[in-house]
Amino acid sequence: MSAVIEEHHDHHDHKPTGIGRWLFSTNHKDIGTMYLWFSFIMFFVGGSMALVIRAELFQPGLQLVEPEFFNQMTTLHGLIMVFGVIMPAFVGLANWMVPMMIGAPDMALPRMNNWSFWLLPGAFGLLIASLIMSLMGMGSAPNFGWTFYAPLSTKYGPASTDFFIFSVHMMGISSIMGAINIIATIMNMRAPGMTYMKMPIFVWTWFITAYLLIAVMPVLAGAVTMMLTDRNFGTSFFDAAGGGDPVMFQHIFWFFGHPEVYIMILPSFGIISEIVPTFARKKIFGYSSMVYATASIAFLSFIVWAHHMFTTGMPVAGELFFMYATMLIAIPTGVKVFNWVSTMWKGSMTFETPMLFAIAFIFLFTIGGFTGLMLCIAPADFQYHDTYFVVAHFHYVLVTGAAFGIMAGVYYWIPKWTGNMYDETLGKWHFWLTTISANVLFFPMHFVGLAGMPRRIPDYSIQFAEFNAMATVGAFVFGFTQLIFLYNVIKTARGRTGVKATDQVWEGSHGLEWTLPSPAPFHSFTTPPQVK
Amino acid sequence: MTSQPKQQTNSNAKVIGRLMLVVVGMFGFGFVMVPIYDIFCEVTGLNGKTSGKRLTEVLEVDTNREVVVEFVATLNEEMPWEFRPAVDKVTVNPGQPTRITYVAKNVTNKDIIGQAVPSVAPGKAATYFQKTECFCFTEQKLEAGEEKEMPVIFVVDPDLPDDVTQLALSYTFFIKPTEASKTASLAHN
Ligand SMILES: [Cu+2]
Repeated sequence: MSAVIEEHHDHHDHKPTGIGRWLFSTNHKDIGTMYLWFSFIMFFVGGSMALVIRAELFQPGLQLVEPEFFNQMTTLHGLIMVFGVIMPAFVGLANWMVPMMIGAPDMALPRMNNWSFWLLPGAFGLLIASLIMSLMGMGSAPNFGWTFYAPLSTKYGPASTDFFIFSVHMMGISSIMGAINIIATIMNMRAPGMTYMKMPIFVWTWFITAYLLIAVMPVLAGAVTMMLTDRNFGTSFFDAAGGGDPVMFQHIFWFFGHPEVYIMILPSFGIISEIVPTFARKKIFGYSSMVYATASIAFLSFIVWAHHMFTTGMPVAGELFFMYATMLIAIPTGVKVFNWVSTMWKGSMTFETPMLFAIAFIFLFTIGGFTGLMLCIAPADFQYHDTYFVVAHFHYVLVTGAAFGIMAGVYYWIPKWTGNMYDETLGKWHFWLTTISANVLFFPMHFVGLAGMPRRIPDYSIQFAEFNAMATVGAFVFGFTQLIFLYNVIKTARGRTGVKATDQVWEGSHGLEWTLPSPAPFHSFTTPPQVK
Repeated sequence: MTSQPKQQTNSNAKVIGRLMLVVVGMFGFGFVMVPIYDIFCEVTGLNGKTSGKRLTEVLEVDTNREVVVEFVATLNEEMPWEFRPAVDKVTVNPGQPTRITYVAKNVTNKDIIGQAVPSVAPGKAATYFQKTECFCFTEQKLEAGEEKEMPVIFVVDPDLPDDVTQLALSYTFFIKPTEASKTASLAHN
């Protein structure tokens, strides 16, 4: 023990105080907390934008906002939810949990960790500054959709597009540094005996996600760099007049974009794979097949990107290739769903809030997976492309998938973080209201989408009115329900629930993180634990 | 135990080094996709890109088959010329060289250099559409007020898939950016 203290300059469990604790933090738990709070704040910012969109769509016709502003809302809502909510929340969870799960004292590269977090407020500050300027009447915020297709974002993009480009560069650097840190931690900081095939599934999914990030975030950075030079330095990467090709933008973007959707779901797969065994009181069914399934999903994600581009005039051979390759992804994903269900099979299940979210995840994510299969069928996609059916699909996989996984993870681990049990009654209220309202919100979008309602348009034909009104009601219930979550988290963090958590927290939990005291000490494993 | 932290720092540096190589490589890969994409389109004829090469060999004429070739003329938005095909469409036998003309007129009072970019629809027919002579092979200069006939001699390859009975040949004329116009458009941005 004493040898270890000599290595550290700061003393044991002596936390730095004041604002400096957070600004200069190199502690994986503090940085994890900052990531999670950042994500939570952005969740409400991006969510408010969603409510503006849904309020406008409550009735056909133009009521509340100008179409131009509506476009800015859809764009920023998408960008914030993808890059400002889901990804930082996952990095926050990785920061908190990965070192504890593998028996490490901290992340491998603590200073880089600090930097990768503190780039994010800068990046989103820039992005939101463009919206503030737009609200003050100075130009427009980015308004070309979160996919920023050229030439809409190059030739026709507003002046604030350059803010957007720089913001994406910063987010990219932040994600890459975060990913390098996680890989270095997993490769170098595992406790003795913690072999790769003994790592918790959450660690495995993050390990693979980090590789995906390292492979595709630079491609995104390249795409926005080409936009930057097209806009400002006279190049013509995406400008047909200068010999470029706007369709090439879509190829580059989706080469990043499809692996990106797995970046946003694999860590949730990991969380669910931790929670289900705990509350079914059984070991996970098919551990190694889980690992291999995750790896195959990651591999396949690189060869399916053009399924987003079936309507760009691809030849039939290309359509068939991307269609079949996309269908293949259903196999490893199916293996995972099968394993989760088999883990529950004949288990002694209890239904605390994390488990409820996990079960809802399995059910609702699978619906999103099935609509994904429908969309990947090229001839059918000609009908579904750019309709609300696509919106329904990706909100099922991202809200009731990725976000439900994050919420499940927060409920599951918050007793370990704070030392206090959360309020179970409020948790159940949060779960039921969220799950019901999410379905009221997103399910009708399938119907209007199949009937041909286009996405990203502030007005629609009157035959879509009822389903849209329904979705808007669902959206507002969903949005305000999240305040219960916020309240519950604050109440737990302040210890106002009156129930202390034990070290093991859950009766059925296994793993190194549950051997630490609750709340987890400032430095996790100062002497490495021995893993049998 | 005591030697472990140093070892770790070393291998952390190694991990960072390798991963940074991947990062730099993938950033480069995004840019390499640009030429790859062009080569891929040219080899496969996807995207309606016809080969920029001149056909030299003589193909056998298939008199039992007729294909309709339609002509389309488009001007890029900054191009101030007038531009149209002399005839809207012709019916040809595959293998038979056919000469048609486009007419372009510079209606401004200054000399302008343009470049025409061809495209063939449907995309899968693009590789079967060969040109022996085309105004798109070189830049075209029109003096102020000048009108010019621009010939194309093309051959439809007899191997053209049977289900293709109609082709469209489309040209888009782009203005060649001069130094002056480049600075003007930069200022405009
Ligand atoms: Cu995709």
